[in-house]
Amino acid sequence: MKKLETRRYISGFALSLGLTLVAYLFVVQGWAHGWTLIYVLAALAIIQLFVQLMFFLHLGREAKPRWNLTVLSFAAIIVSILVFGSLWIMKNLSYGHTHTPPPAAIIKDEGYKP
Amino acid sequence: MSEETAVSERQANETKTIFGFWVYLMTDCVLFASLFATFAVLRNSTYGGPAGNELFSLPFVLIETLVLLTSSFTAGLGILAARSRDKQRVLLFFGLTMLLGIFFLTMEITEFHKLYLEGNSWRRSGFLSAFFTLVGTHGAHITSGLIWMAVMLVKVARSGLTSATVKRLTMLSLFWHFLDIIWIFIFTIVYLMGTAV
Repeated sequence: MKKLETRRYISGFALSLGLTLVAYLFVVQGWAHGWTLIYVLAALAIIQLFVQLMFFLHLGREAKPRWNLTVLSFAAIIVSILVFGSLWIMKNLSYGHTHTPPPAAIIKDEGYKP
Repeated sequence: MSEETAVSERQANETKTIFGFWVYLMTDCVLFASLFATFAVLRNSTYGGPAGNELFSLPFVLIETLVLLTSSFTAGLGILAARSRDKQRVLLFFGLTMLLGIFFLTMEITEFHKLYLEGNSWRRSGFLSAFFTLVGTHGAHITSGLIWMAVMLVKVARSGLTSATVKRLTMLSLFWHFLDIIWIFIFTIVYLMGTAV
């Protein structure tokens, strides 16, 4: 029993180590560029999230009812609304973005001076 | 009350306490999510100052990441030892975790200090404010985790592994694994993506 548990931790550690190094090499070696690289890095991070949740936090082997998983899913929903919502809204706002000049209407209405 | 019911009641209470701690961790996730969102929004707002690819040294951060990952692993081995009531191994593994944690924190403070001396502190730009807030909050969590760990090590060394101590060690290792998971995203989003783009 204990040996099996130790082995789970070792495989989780090895997998996380591998995923970290692959992500690092993708950037340093320039195996991908632009958006492809962003997607690859995001995918590797999310895989590592699941690896650690399963191997270090034992999430897949919880007894029913799975309250830990329920709360985690709720947190995941809030997190994604928060992160993607902020990005989405801010992308559509010109305020505070110095790299693109604000629309003429904003300059006129708000007395905005770039 | 028979002895058996007493035991099962105590176990039920322990499960509840650990679940409560898990709920706290999930709310902490939301705190970090808001900081990640802030960082993602402000990542290009450098106000004429340096961007991530001019500031970060990837090999340095990779070592930080590997140190923290290893400490998460040793914390896991520590909790296995605690469950089989092996005091020596608990002290060994949590001691190792603590040393690695201190090493990680020292590296992080070194990086902050270097940025500060170069004039790239949180005052430089929106990007750097968001960077220092996000990474600094993680560092503050690590610091409190280390203090907690020091207290637990003294407790285990003095009074051995009671069931209350094992419960607290379980929560401590949950906390530590959680911080490692947060760091994966800091490593990916702040450092790797920040250097690549």
